[in-house]
Amino acid sequence: MTALDRRTSLSIFQRMLMIRHFEEAVIELFKQGRFVSHYHIYIGQEATGGAVLEALGENDLICTTHRNHGHIIGRGCDPNRAMAEILGRATGFNGGRGGTLHISDPAHGFLSTSAVVGGCSGLATGAAYGLKVRRQPHVAVGFFGDGALEEGLVIESFNIAALWKLPVVYVCENNSAGAAGPQQGGYPTAITATDSFTRLPAAYGIHCVKVDGTDMNAVHGAATDAVHRCRNGDGPVFIEAFTVRWPGSSPLWPELATATDLPSAWDATRIAGPHADWLRGHDPLLRAARELVAAGHATADELLARDKDARVRIAAATKFAIDSPMPRPETVGDHVFA
Amino acid sequence: MADPRPLSYRTAVLEALFGEMRRDDSVILMGEDIGAAGGVFKQTEGLFAEFGAERVIDTPISESGAFGIAVGAAMTGQRPVFEVMFGDFITLVMDQLVNQAAKISYMSGGQFKVPLVVRTAVGVGSNLGPQHSQSLHAWLTHIPGLKVVMPSTPADAKGLMAAAIRDDGPVAFFEDRMLYNVRSDVPEEDYVVPIGAAEVKRAGKDITLIATGRMVQTALAAAELLASEEISAEVVDPRTLVPLDVATLVDSVKKTSRAVVVDGGYRQYGITGEIAATVTEHAFDWLDAPVTRLAAADVPIPFSKTLEPLTLPGAERLTREAAALVRGKK
Repeated sequence: MTALDRRTSLSIFQRMLMIRHFEEAVIELFKQGRFVSHYHIYIGQEATGGAVLEALGENDLICTTHRNHGHIIGRGCDPNRAMAEILGRATGFNGGRGGTLHISDPAHGFLSTSAVVGGCSGLATGAAYGLKVRRQPHVAVGFFGDGALEEGLVIESFNIAALWKLPVVYVCENNSAGAAGPQQGGYPTAITATDSFTRLPAAYGIHCVKVDGTDMNAVHGAATDAVHRCRNGDGPVFIEAFTVRWPGSSPLWPELATATDLPSAWDATRIAGPHADWLRGHDPLLRAARELVAAGHATADELLARDKDARVRIAAATKFAIDSPMPRPETVGDHVFA
Repeated sequence: MADPRPLSYRTAVLEALFGEMRRDDSVILMGEDIGAAGGVFKQTEGLFAEFGAERVIDTPISESGAFGIAVGAAMTGQRPVFEVMFGDFITLVMDQLVNQAAKISYMSGGQFKVPLVVRTAVGVGSNLGPQHSQSLHAWLTHIPGLKVVMPSTPADAKGLMAAAIRDDGPVAFFEDRMLYNVRSDVPEEDYVVPIGAAEVKRAGKDITLIATGRMVQTALAAAELLASEEISAEVVDPRTLVPLDVATLVDSVKKTSRAVVVDGGYRQYGITGEIAATVTEHAFDWLDAPVTRLAAADVPIPFSKTLEPLTLPGAERLTREAAALVRGKK
């Protein structure tokens, strides 16, 4: 695999930074009681989302799962409206009807977030079918977690996508390594009988790739190849991206990781606390920053300036969301029927 | 305008499918054995020959997966008509129908639409046993965001199928397979029967029989029998279950002061209870008797010829029920 050029790698890093600060702001808003819900944080998977979304074109279509904030922000959808949706505001992408679990944005080809595990696989496959019958040279991407492989719908979608050679890329973000419970290499032994998820789509002849989901280089390479295969009419691709679960998303870790400290990418002595091992070994953002500097694509100061800008941008989104009005009561019945 | 011709219910729906597929390239059909085979009830015969495999699509026996694909395709510009071979198998698409198709307009704040039709055949009477004879339309009427239609005549079936395909949201289209060979006049031209419009199928003044789907025939037969007993029954067909044309039903009941509701689905927590309650709420002061109801018995539909007919109300039973109400024996 060839190393990423400066422009591409910085663009991925920018997406990752925005995702990270967006998620940190969401956690803070929840702590402040600004919204009440259960919600899912994408920290730890930014290199996967950032690099896959970098590989897509503006007309490609996306469906995702409950851990969706990273895909929305990584796609370049307006953080103001995303944050407003999470706070249930009228100005949110979905007018407060969807919330964290159902954000969508047609302007960016972002079709749906399905909070039913695996639900997006059908929608993404259907979107790909639509592209194929309309002879549009685009692809559909379905993001889901490793838990989705336990759902029958996903397996049915694999069969039909392969049968009809649909231009769909399934991105399985396997974040089970480090999760609670007995497991082997990211495959929880109490839940799944397979020791490799790629065996399932491969049984239908789907091209499968496994990548390190914290390596933006590797993910971008796999995604670019997958998109190329789809546009070429070669049928669906399955990418399994491995990440080690961010300790903050596990109920066994009641303490959330402290706010990201970018200089610790170069200065490991700054890393301390209960999550030090994860930050040192598995944080994709720190890894990307370290690699960008090592490759000579950016100086530490340039990255810190980007970091600051991203924080300012997300702070503005937070303010926009807090200042936005709630939906008006008389609109509760709007959009039940198209 | 050409004169109406007698057509079977099956052919009338087929005529709507031909018409809609010709006028709009985005209309596609998906289902099992609907292509070259023409459907297990011959309900898609000829479509494959005209429109080809790209628009008349045989799916694997993967109702859930294929229906998810129909929803995704609908969100991005197609208008799928998805066939579930037997109404009982609607259970296999329920998650995609209830949690995706029905909610996407609402939970996207109106940004996305899901213009699709799910059509399926229901009905007691073909000796198909407990997993192929149920009429589960009431399940879908419980879900906000789904429209549910149940035409009783060939002409209504053609017009409602056209309306369902042109609707920008998901519409469930229930056909009673025992109606497929029923023939009556169907206009040749293009037309729609508006979704949400009931119709008075027979005018009367003593009692209203509110009947759905095949039960409209039962009600019309009962109205004949009642006429011989000097009782004038009005038969009203909601045609659409969601949204329900409450005004037409209530107007009839205000006129007659009595009503029986008849439906081919299960009685418990079903269509008849909902309509009876709705009519009672709106016409209580006009009623001379409680609104009563007849529906499928709350048992799995049995196979045996001696048992199966017992599960469905017939014209004689409806006649007795209605006559008792009119004569004040209820």
